[in-house]
This record gives sequence, structure tokens and C-alpha cells, in this order.
Amino acid sequence: MLKIGSYTFHSRLFLGTGKFPSADIQKEAIQKSETEVLTFAVRRMNIFDPEQPNFLENIDLSKFTLLPNTAGAKTAEEAVRIAKLAKAAGMCDMIKVEVIGCDKTLLPDPVETLKATEKLLEEGFTVLPYTSDDVVLAKRLQELGAHAIMPGASPIGTGLGIINPFNLSHIIEQATVPVIVDAGIGSPKDVAYAMELGADAVLLNSAVSGAKDPVKMAEAMKYAVIAGRLGFEAGRISKKYYAEASSPMEGLIRL
Amino acid sequence: MIVTINGVKKEIPENIRTVERLLEHLQVQDKKLVVEMNGEILNKDQHGQFRLKSGDVLEIVHFVGGG
Repeated sequence: MLKIGSYTFHSRLFLGTGKFPSADIQKEAIQKSETEVLTFAVRRMNIFDPEQPNFLENIDLSKFTLLPNTAGAKTAEEAVRIAKLAKAAGMCDMIKVEVIGCDKTLLPDPVETLKATEKLLEEGFTVLPYTSDDVVLAKRLQELGAHAIMPGASPIGTGLGIINPFNLSHIIEQATVPVIVDAGIGSPKDVAYAMELGADAVLLNSAVSGAKDPVKMAEAMKYAVIAGRLGFEAGRISKKYYAEASSPMEGLIRL
Repeated sequence: MIVTINGVKKEIPENIRTVERLLEHLQVQDKKLVVEMNGEILNKDQHGQFRLKSGDVLEIVHFVGGG
């Protein structure tokens, strides 16, 4: 069981809702993933063409815990405004703080992320900041009272997987709140790796929505999360420099 | 009167006097949305009470797919 603030989840897979090829594929992928948490963004409505399709209207959002993000924000102030708008919809008090500090890498701005987290905690939100894999920053966010830490595996949408397992392990080891690996994951292998390192959950979007078959990938990711988590709980063997036979050395048949 | 909606100046008929009526005029009254007027977020049940005047700045936002 995964606990974040006052929420409890069975599934350790959080799914983003961006860039799916169609509403039906998105719906089916969500189903197959068995996720309980969906993320989404807050944007201006196109009031001059209100009939343009919005895939989210296809999903019964009441069945999920909703985790809106503050994507698009470049300052703490903008992030707080987006968070308040999201909360006003009356469907959630969780917020993924995402304050981008670099357009090329989409890496988060650590200073603004910290400020936004502090402010939103004061306002009573359940706050999950998206952060780089900086060990000290993760600690500072946790000390502020963040309800979970969401370090990126690698930059958003790159599919490069976990590029710094060392940092990620340290973040996980020192964590007193759940660690959700967010961003950069490309394949089920990356998911299993994150979970084996001891992550409490993963948040995926492009890895599923951009796959050749998003529905099948959603299912694959579900199993990867389960396999990785079980592997972590089971405790892997240590790595050795020399071979060690798994068959007995006694009773060898000789010529 | 002229109000700014989502960054665009828009002429709206004079008989539209509340946010609730404006949403109907824009045909978005049944959508899940949040309205911010002059920097203040409005509660959904208050849309009928907020009166519009020329020069008001409104943001009408909703949830879209995102990660």
C-alpha cells in the first residue's frame, strides 16, 4: 500500500494523460494500466471553439485520484496560481508542482520549486514536487513538508531512462515520504529498475502514450511496476566478482 | 461591453450581465471549468452573482491531457 498524505493507493503506477493518439486508446490504456492516479494540465479553454475534443471528457474522472500539474509555470507565483485554479474545480487537493527552469532540457527550477512547494503547503494542498535528481534538494523539499518527492529519471519526454541511479538511490534511502520517479522513463525495463531501486511509485506519460501500441505498453508497465516492487521487497543477491556454481560441488561424476 | 477573456478582447452583448450568462453565451456552461475574474477565482455556485462590467479580465480554464 502506498500512502501519500491522506491518500492510499494499491497501484504504484501513476499515469499522465497527455498526447494519446485517440480518446479510445487513452481510455483503454488507462484501464489496462490499472492506475488509480491520473495527472493532467490546466489550460485556457478555447472559448472560440468549445466543441474541440478534450479526451478527458471521455473518462469518468470520479473513479480516480486526480493529480493536476502546474506545467507551464516558470515561477513559483505562476505555479501557485495554476494550483489554485485546479483546486477550484473541486475535484482534488493534490498538486504536482512543476516549475520549469530551462526550455531546452525542461529541467525544473529548484529555487522556484522550493518556493512554490512552501506556499502550497501553507495553503493546505497535498504537494508532490517534481524535482531533478538532486539529493540535497529532495531533502530540503521533504523537510518543508512535501507529501512525496518526484525526482526525474531523465528529462521529460526523452525516454532515456534512469541516467543517475546513484543519486536516485540516495534520494530513496534518505526519504521519509514516498519517492515517485517521474519523467524520462522509456520502457518497462526502466520502470522495473526504478522500483528495484526502492522507488515507491512511478509516473509515466510519453512512455505509454507514445508507444506504438499504448494499450499494450500500459499493461506492460503495470507488470513492470509489480515485478520491480516485488524484486525490491524480495532483496536481490549481491554482485560478486567471481562465479559461484549454483549446482552442488559434491558427488561430481568423474571419468 | 468589452471584456478580456483568456487574453482576447471580446465584445459581448449588453444583456449579458453575469458570469453565469457569459458562460451560456459562450456555450460552455456544461463544461467542467474554472473562472478567474480580475485575478480572483470564482466558486462555481457564485457564477450567477458575479456581475460583469466593461474592462473585466476573465480567465476560463479547464483540465487537459498532461503528464
